[in-house]
Amino acid sequence: MNFILSAEWSPYLVGLFIGVLSWISFLVSDKPLGTSTSFVRTSGMLEKVFLGPKSTEKAYYQKYKPEIEWQWMLVIGIVIGSFLSAITSGQFNFELIPEVWAAKFGYTPFLRLLIALIGGFFLGLGARWAGGCTSGHGISGTLQLAVSSWIASICFFIGGIITALLLY
Amino acid sequence: MLTIKTKNFNPKIIGLLTGIIFGWLLQKGGVTDYNVLVNQLLLKDFTVFKIILTAVLTGMIGIYFLEYRGLIHLHLKSGSIGSLITGGLLFGVGFGLLGYCPGTLAGAVGQGSMDALLAGLPGILLGAAFYARIYPKIQTSFFEKQPLKKLSIPEYFDLNNQIVITAAAFIILLVLFIIELLT
Repeated sequence: MNFILSAEWSPYLVGLFIGVLSWISFLVSDKPLGTSTSFVRTSGMLEKVFLGPKSTEKAYYQKYKPEIEWQWMLVIGIVIGSFLSAITSGQFNFELIPEVWAAKFGYTPFLRLLIALIGGFFLGLGARWAGGCTSGHGISGTLQLAVSSWIASICFFIGGIITALLLY
Repeated sequence: MLTIKTKNFNPKIIGLLTGIIFGWLLQKGGVTDYNVLVNQLLLKDFTVFKIILTAVLTGMIGIYFLEYRGLIHLHLKSGSIGSLITGGLLFGVGFGLLGYCPGTLAGAVGQGSMDALLAGLPGILLGAAFYARIYPKIQTSFFEKQPLKKLSIPEYFDLNNQIVITAAAFIILLVLFIIELLT
């Protein structure tokens, strides 16, 4: 029990369990683990509310309908699972500005939120353009040896490493 | 197929349960923390690479075994080179600036990171909504000129699965070994 609730597990053990979770996901749900499609569906749901039902006639919202389904619930599950893990190990913490950010850029909330918003925009745009994110391409796609996923994942990290090195 | 036996379960409940386990694991691995993610991109902390590579190694062997036994179907994503590279690099820029990717952002929200909830999440939603607007144009642009015809690496290089799996496993273990040696 102490181990289960401990704050940190070996990354190799976590990786092993995520690999096993991918087996279970294929067996039980016939779906690879992924998250970024759910964000498009959410965008569609919000557009429907704020811009009216016509806004979801766009071809992309027809391809990924603004509805709650398996993967959307999976993303909600991630929030809950992380919350449970953090709260039971004493790591839950309302934090606006991460430590590494603050050490470089200080504690101005506006700057952190602005850069996070811009970063989020590129992340959402890029994930949809590439057809997946670090879960769908990076883990589920590469483990299936998909050509598309290896290309996308390598680009994720090339772009990420260069951006982070320029930023810091 | 096993999926037939489980079809009576509500997929939303199964999705939620899968997500809870996934989120628990991500948090335990430390990758719902901005500091760990950004230090990976700055090449100061290799936790993210260790988790992804171990997951890919374990997942690959199991998934191909299950597929060989006829228990599952693969779901290989299609795509075209131009869009994969462009989208991948844009994603990387976002990853570097925000410090979370979509899945770890959900986990960060769960552990109380307000930058993820208040700025990262609206940013992703705006980015996805923007893509929904440019999608028809991209479909007919040069980005989509070279769609992949062979979706898996074994097909692409005309090699059998076992050879590619063995080679990939060897490369992953080698990379992990080098990371351990250097850090």
